[in-house]
Amino acid sequence: MSPVHYVALAVILFVIGGVGVLVRRNAIVVFMCIELMLNACNLAFVAFARVHGNLNGQVIAFFVMVVAAAEVVVGLAILMAIYRARRSASVDDANLLKY
Amino acid sequence: MRHVLAGGTSTDFVAGETLYWILAVLAVSAALAMILVRRAVHCAIMLAIVMLCLATMYAMLGAPFLAFVQIIVYTGAVLMLFLFVIMLIGISSSDSIVETIKGQRMAAGLAAIGLFVLLAIGIGHASIGPAAPVTAANNVDNLSGIAQLIFTTYVFPFEVTGALLITAAVGAMVLAHRERAEPRPNQRELAARRLAAGHLAPSPPPGVYALADAADRPALLPDGRTAEDSVSSVLSPRDPNEAPRIVRPEKTPEITGGSGEREPEPASPVTPGRTEP
Repeated sequence: MSPVHYVALAVILFVIGGVGVLVRRNAIVVFMCIELMLNACNLAFVAFARVHGNLNGQVIAFFVMVVAAAEVVVGLAILMAIYRARRSASVDDANLLKY
Repeated sequence: MRHVLAGGTSTDFVAGETLYWILAVLAVSAALAMILVRRAVHCAIMLAIVMLCLATMYAMLGAPFLAFVQIIVYTGAVLMLFLFVIMLIGISSSDSIVETIKGQRMAAGLAAIGLFVLLAIGIGHASIGPAAPVTAANNVDNLSGIAQLIFTTYVFPFEVTGALLITAAVGAMVLAHRERAEPRPNQRELAARRLAAGHLAPSPPPGVYALADAADRPALLPDGRTAEDSVSSVLSPRDPNEAPRIVRPEKTPEITGGSGEREPEPASPVTPGRTEP
C-alpha cells in the first residue's frame, strides 16, 4: 500500500478529531479527541518514515506518544480538580473568567 | 510474517491492500462514532478501536516496536486512565445537545471542511514517493535501530522526556491531592453524629422486606414506611408492595439527565448499604 494512503487516512482522522474538540462539551471526550489527533499525527510520521526508509519518523512518533501520555496525566488531574470544585465535567461550566 | 505485512510478493501486496482498506474504514467509522455518540464510555471504546487499527497499521508500515507501544501504552495505559476518570466522574456523564453558542456546530463543520481542504491540497501538491525498499531498519532490526537513534542522535530529547514525565507525575499528584480542611473524625465523634441523626444502624439496602428482592424496590422500614433513598439514583424505584412480575418493564428508565453532563440530580446520591453521614 502506498504511503500516501496512510497520510490521507491520517488527515481524515485529524480532521475528525478537530471536529470533536470543537463540538463536544464533555472535557473527557475533548481529551479523547485530542488523543485521536495525536494518533493521526503519529500515523503520518510513521508513513513518512516508511517513505524515507529510515527510523527518524518512528522515533519522533515515539516521543509524541510519551508527550501525549504526560499530557493525559496532567489533563485528567486538572479535570478531576475542576470536577471536585464544580461537580461538572462540562467545558461550558468552567466560565469563571468570562466577565 | 512481518515483511509479509510490509509488502513483499504480489499476493502479500494484495493482502496488505485489503487489510489497509478494512482497517481504514474501521478506523474512520469508529472515529466518526466517537464524536457522535453521547456517552463518554462509548467514546472510549470507539477510541480503543481506532488505536488498535492504527497499531496494526504501524506493523504494516514496518514499525513493529511502535505497534506494540501503541497497544501497551495507548490502548492499555492511557485509555485505562480515561476509563478510570470516567468512573470517578460518573458513568452516566454524557454530552448535552443544546448549543451554548449559536451556530457553533455549523461553524465547527465549516472549519473542519476548511482544514480538510487545506490539508488535502497540501498533501496533493506534495510528492510523496513510494515506500522505500524494505531494509533491516524496518524489518528485523527495528528495535535496535530505534534504540540506537534514541541513545545517540536523540539522546538530549530523550533526557528532556524523562524530566517531562517526572514533572507530569508530580503535577498529577499535586493536582489530585486534596487537603483535608478539618481533622478526620474519630470513632467517638462518628458514633455521636449517628446517634444525633436518629438512625443507629446502616441504611437498608433495596429490597429489604419488600415483596421482591430487586434493586429497584425500595426497602420497607420496620414501621411500614418505604426508604426511598435505598434505591440507586440511576434506577426508577417501583412500588415495594407490588407483586413481582416476570416481564421486564417495557420502558427502560432514562439514565441520562436532561441537563446533560451532570448525573441525574438526587438530593443525596445513596449507594445501597452505606450509612449516610
